[in-house]
Amino acid sequence: MTCLSIKGLTKYFGGLMAINELDLEVREQSISSIIGPNGAGKTTFFNVVTGFYRADHGTIEFMGKDIGGMLPDRITHAGISRTYQNIRLFQNMTVIENVMVGQHARLKTNLLDAVLHTPRFKREEREVVEEGRRLLQFSGLAGMGDKLARSLPYGAQRRLEIARSLASKPKLLLLDEPAAGMNPHETNDLMAFIKRLRDELGITILLIEHDMRVVMGISEQITVLDYGVKIAEGKPADIQNNVRVIEAYLGRGAVNGTRTAEVTHANA
Amino acid sequence: MAKLLTLFQEKTSRYLVNPWIRYGLIVLVLAAVAVFPQIKFAQSAYWVRVIGYTGLYILLGLGLNVVVGFAGLLDLGYVAFYAIGAYTYALLASSFFGNHLSFWVVLPIAGLLAAMAGVLLGIPVLRMRGDYLAIVTLGFGEIIRILVTNLRGLTNGSQGMVDIDSPMLFGLQLKGATHFYYLVFVFVLVTIFVTTRLNHSRIGRAWVALREDEDVAQMMGINTTLTKLMAFGTGALIGGLGGAVFAAWQRSIYPDNFNLYVSINVLSLIIIGGMGSIPGVIVGAFALIALPDLLREFSDYRMLLYGLLLVVMMVARPEGFIPSKRRQLELRSSEPDEDEPPPGSAGDGEVAP
Repeated sequence: MTCLSIKGLTKYFGGLMAINELDLEVREQSISSIIGPNGAGKTTFFNVVTGFYRADHGTIEFMGKDIGGMLPDRITHAGISRTYQNIRLFQNMTVIENVMVGQHARLKTNLLDAVLHTPRFKREEREVVEEGRRLLQFSGLAGMGDKLARSLPYGAQRRLEIARSLASKPKLLLLDEPAAGMNPHETNDLMAFIKRLRDELGITILLIEHDMRVVMGISEQITVLDYGVKIAEGKPADIQNNVRVIEAYLGRGAVNGTRTAEVTHANA
Repeated sequence: MAKLLTLFQEKTSRYLVNPWIRYGLIVLVLAAVAVFPQIKFAQSAYWVRVIGYTGLYILLGLGLNVVVGFAGLLDLGYVAFYAIGAYTYALLASSFFGNHLSFWVVLPIAGLLAAMAGVLLGIPVLRMRGDYLAIVTLGFGEIIRILVTNLRGLTNGSQGMVDIDSPMLFGLQLKGATHFYYLVFVFVLVTIFVTTRLNHSRIGRAWVALREDEDVAQMMGINTTLTKLMAFGTGALIGGLGGAVFAAWQRSIYPDNFNLYVSINVLSLIIIGGMGSIPGVIVGAFALIALPDLLREFSDYRMLLYGLLLVVMMVARPEGFIPSKRRQLELRSSEPDEDEPPPGSAGDGEVAP
């Protein structure tokens, strides 16, 4: 079944067309990637899907429901969650609090419950902390929960961002360059972790990534954007040999003599 | 000095973890505050008044702390809600219009009106951040002051409203510094209780997330509109209650009681104490409201010393006297009334499902 279905999506910034008539289908429980040179409109696409920007044209359907024009918090309620290219944690909150904020969408207690500590408030708070601990355990952050988020090492901050986005129990997770700044060892761990998200939690994954090892290693489908236009789509093997993709990354002159290997390392 | 303070805090916080020491200390402080007006010494009446007045500022600080400290919304017009609370009580319980409603009836009305004003102010400024928000709220504070100055038919303008009723409590007429010292004390205790609980809830976490990164907070499923309005409303409610108490204590109020300096003082005491920190508000209020009276002996140099203290403080310890701390939640629960088993027994399977 289709998880995310995009049709004719267009987004302008003044005269600049950041996304141009984009069609995209993401199958449920698949791992898909969006790649493309810098400025191709990848992050803008995430921002439109999550409601941070409003699309100028086109439709966005999530699990068969039109989510175009919805506010980000409603879209999170609907089941989409994301991480950011430049890590955006709640720096001055503790690690576990970050994950607890992530659960916000699922919680129900109000001001009065909080002041009176009603039984349902106590129960919910206990569950929130429990779930927080569980998520930290799952993301390999156990024991770090009471540290401030900003004090974590880089790799752990990346993992915390994913843990936080998992807390809303999303059906679709958008990862914006999750491997950025990681060493090969950390990248391997990340790839295994992303696979676990899909295999164990059944989450559909859509990621933007420049590290071709990650993209080719875990994606089942790849979409290539260039200047806001989709120039190719398919399985990793198809993309590696696609002439237009090689052109976009390396320029027209490169096409004749290029081998797959060069594309693979084009943006690493 | 800053280093010493930090060292002192590290040393003391180790002992404060022990619940016996912590609650013992709290009981001790409460007892000291309760007994204070009963001790007779030269000028004792004067000091009861000063501390009571400081308590009123603690109350305002706690309210504004919700808006500025927790939710990170810079509000420079907080005095408006204080004024609304005060004038509500004055209009409904003075001989000016011949309304003599009970203080305890007017109190919720004053709080509610102020909260409504807070929400109304909140709606147009929802999209504003930082400096812009500060300017609009500054304007709002001034508008309210100018309104109460000029709506002469309603507020008697700059002649002020006089002959405001004293509250009655179980047949006792609350009058004078000592009575209001205790009344303010109770208000402060209740407000500390309420704001602490709010802070440690889903809403409190949403406020802090909003302060940290508004866009991401929204992406985490937080309804930023509602969350901001709740912060404005809660802060304003507390300010309104403070205003009603103030009017009942003074028994006469003038537009000049509600000038910009009140807003600035309340904001300063939060910053000096430590943004978002409830103990910080208390320490900040003593430093900014009670201390200047202590310095009265230096007469002419008083404001100079006071200003110097502010500057030194901000240079040496910009995070405030008692910076807010996040609770430790992963490895232990610091919530005393939580009927949660200690981490050690968590694996015994005794935890309710």
